[in-house]
Amino acid sequence: MELILFYIASGVALFATVFALTRSNATHALIYLIVSILAVAVIFFLLGAPFAAALEIVIYAGAIMVLFVFVIMMLNLGEAGTERERQRMHPAVWILPTVLSAVLLVEMLIVITKFDGAQTGALIGAKQVGLTLFGPYVLAVEIASMLLLAGLVGAYHVGRRFRLSEPSEEQDLSVIGPDSSTTDEVNS
Amino acid sequence: MDGLAIPLNHVLIVATLLFVTGLAGLMFRRNIIFILMALEVMLNAAALAFVAAGTAWQQADGQVIFMLILAVAAAEVSVGLGLVLQIQRRFKTLDMDQARRLNG
Repeated sequence: MELILFYIASGVALFATVFALTRSNATHALIYLIVSILAVAVIFFLLGAPFAAALEIVIYAGAIMVLFVFVIMMLNLGEAGTERERQRMHPAVWILPTVLSAVLLVEMLIVITKFDGAQTGALIGAKQVGLTLFGPYVLAVEIASMLLLAGLVGAYHVGRRFRLSEPSEEQDLSVIGPDSSTTDEVNS
Repeated sequence: MDGLAIPLNHVLIVATLLFVTGLAGLMFRRNIIFILMALEVMLNAAALAFVAAGTAWQQADGQVIFMLILAVAAAEVSVGLGLVLQIQRRFKTLDMDQARRLNG
């Protein structure tokens, strides 16, 4: 039974990933990518790693994907916003991610009702993970914190510099290359 | 595979398929947002392999590595999306073939 659920979740994950990387619209691709991440979280749960599944949803689908959405919003998508929004609400756009998410929801309901949680093998809970993380791996935690600090500083620097020196770069652009001045390249 | 209902081989096959999908997307797409998404998919596949192996040997190490992969993915995507904004400002496009020259 768990094996069938695992195969269904794997199929959803692969299907959604292929669709995410072949879409032409970035926001549609993000929806498929979120479905793929939810499917991988279901696989984690079936494998007996509920803490990893929760982190997958909270950090990947919650934080990183929202970062993608913010950046796509900050890019200038042009004037045809309302027309594109009307196009986006077309059922052909959202029906397939909804069906894939519904499959995952049905799987989760089956797991909750039929089993007592994940009975699919060795259950490694949050306590064991925490003991291992802050026991032998405490140096890795420190290095990860330094990596996150470097990422913070790097993102601040990269995001800050163009705003200060934007006029000179604009002039440089007009000298270097007038090619490809389309602004809504998110859709390509 | 002590007590694991799902065979480790099958999970590794799924992780490999996800990784290859991400790699193909990384090579075929030229939009930098899709390139970053493909990188996320590849990191996710690697994390899946780590968690599956950690469960198969009933050790928590796999999930610890999964958390480190999460930290790497968060740092990478924050810097990468900052670069996306920078490239959009400079080249007025997200096509990476326009940005293949060094020094802009």
